[in-house]
Amino acid sequence: MSQNGQPKLTVANATKYYDTGTGRVHALDDFSIEVQEGELACLLGPSGCGKSTLLWAMAGLHGLSSGEIRLDGKPVTKPNPQIAMVFQEANLLPWRNLIKNIELPFEIRGQRPDQARIDALLAEVGLTGFESKMPRELSGGMQQRASIVRALSVDPSLLLMDEPFGALDAFTRDEMNLLIQQIWMETRKTIVFITHNIAEAVFLADRVFVMSARPGRLARIFEIDLPRPRNLEIFMAPHFIELVGEIKGSIDHKPQVQAA
Amino acid sequence: MASVDRELRDKIPTFEKAGAADVGNWSSAASTLSILKGSRDVTLILVTAIIVFGGAELLLRLFEVPAYIAPTPSQVVWALITDFPYIGPHIGYTLIELLVGFSIGASIGFVLAAVITQFPLVEKIVAPYILLLVTTPMLALVPLLILKFGFGFTPRIIAVTLASGPMVMINAATGFRRTDLAKIALARSFGASTLQIFLKIRIPMAMPMVIVGLMIGSIFGLLTAVGAEMVGGSFGLGNRLTYYSSLIQMPQFFACILVLAVIGISIYVFFYWVGKKWASWES
Ligand SMILES: Nc1ncnc2c1ncn2[C@@H]1O[C@H](COP(=O)(O)OP(=O)(O)OP(=O)(O)O)[C@@H](O)[C@H]1O
Ligand SMILES: [Mg+2]
Repeated sequence: MSQNGQPKLTVANATKYYDTGTGRVHALDDFSIEVQEGELACLLGPSGCGKSTLLWAMAGLHGLSSGEIRLDGKPVTKPNPQIAMVFQEANLLPWRNLIKNIELPFEIRGQRPDQARIDALLAEVGLTGFESKMPRELSGGMQQRASIVRALSVDPSLLLMDEPFGALDAFTRDEMNLLIQQIWMETRKTIVFITHNIAEAVFLADRVFVMSARPGRLARIFEIDLPRPRNLEIFMAPHFIELVGEIKGSIDHKPQVQAA
Repeated sequence: MASVDRELRDKIPTFEKAGAADVGNWSSAASTLSILKGSRDVTLILVTAIIVFGGAELLLRLFEVPAYIAPTPSQVVWALITDFPYIGPHIGYTLIELLVGFSIGASIGFVLAAVITQFPLVEKIVAPYILLLVTTPMLALVPLLILKFGFGFTPRIIAVTLASGPMVMINAATGFRRTDLAKIALARSFGASTLQIFLKIRIPMAMPMVIVGLMIGSIFGLLTAVGAEMVGGSFGLGNRLTYYSSLIQMPQFFACILVLAVIGISIYVFFYWVGKKWASWES
């Protein structure tokens, strides 16, 4: 809880329909959660259940059919400087080199890039010396690290991540998850992290919010009480495996989900 | 219901296809020139050229082909040198027509493409007319233009504009239609305005296709300029072609052809270089 006792991020009765040429798609149904200040929350759900739809609404990139998103108690209706987003597949601009990509948000806001902050972040993710490389010269993991630096360079208080490591191989993925934990423990930023990988969610999260299949509803919330810092051995720990199994079960039992 | 920019609402937030922006024709045009890499290749090309032109020279001399049928390469080069005082100014006239006409046509084509692609309905309505402009040989209009504007620069410049503009436009439009929602969302998430999204995302993304359009448009412009000069008026390289052929001065005639070839190739090389500089990220 922040000092005035309100959650950092509130999603209140979020419902969204897409009107398409072939009819109406009910993407999100009466979805409500609260994410606390400094929390690392994972949103877990099957493909197409409305995770991106929800995250885009959190980022103020599109509106809801009904319901509301609040950041620090204030409604989010358009992109907010306090919120930064990391996309699936690094989403770097291929015509800009690494440093120009990282400076994009400053350029857009007409600010001078925070050089000290950028350099420190680059060093932290191990990209020092790659500033003038073009995205295509970087590996997938390096690209995604660059995009994390880009998001953090503007010092947001809420970081939204939409399946950021979905396209990476298992080794790089583990490495990136350790990096996220490290960054989160240092900065204590509020993070909403989307994934459909249960183990990834359990490894990272304070709480895992499980979504049902479309239309996306909140099915269950799991508190992850594993001690931090978590290392890769934890994937073998009995309690970890137990949690993964429990969450898996909650996704498979559809009728119970509907009742939630 | 939260009020959000209308443009943003209901855009598909899927990123699966985000990285897969299609590669324009540029790469194929570019690869032709990138063959030139390596000194061994250069030697090979030079040797081939020497064999082709030397062979032509030799054969034409051997069979004593008269110059009014086919001049030897050396005669053509010699004619270009000796008659340059007469041919030179006409090169200038043709280049002026090309430059002015192409600049106007390309600017209009680029702006129209940028604007029209933002409004799908407008694009649908306008598309048939653009296609009409692309497929109609603008040369056919030249006699009409001469009637209206006389034998000066004006009808030729108009013809060049009409020939190059639509070419630039359809290619640029293809570029601008490549909307990568994830990249636009990225810029918007940092608070970018519509103008900033245009300048920082849409234009760079369209650039490879714009350059292809500029290359094709300028070559079309050159062809149209020369053609228009052949139709009427008393200056320009096209006019020289009719003039020298009527006098059966074939070395001079081919000297003009040579100049035109050099101009055409220079245009190609120039846009190849521009593409390398501004659109190399795509290859
Ligand atoms: N612009 C749109 N128009 C119509 N339907 C849409 C649109 N965007 C998303 N949808 C649909 O809404 C549903 C939820 O989409 P969304 O992208 O939010 O799912 P997701 O949980 O992020 O899926 P994934 O895990 O595959 O990324 C899907 O069925 C999708 O097809
Ligand atoms: Mg998604």
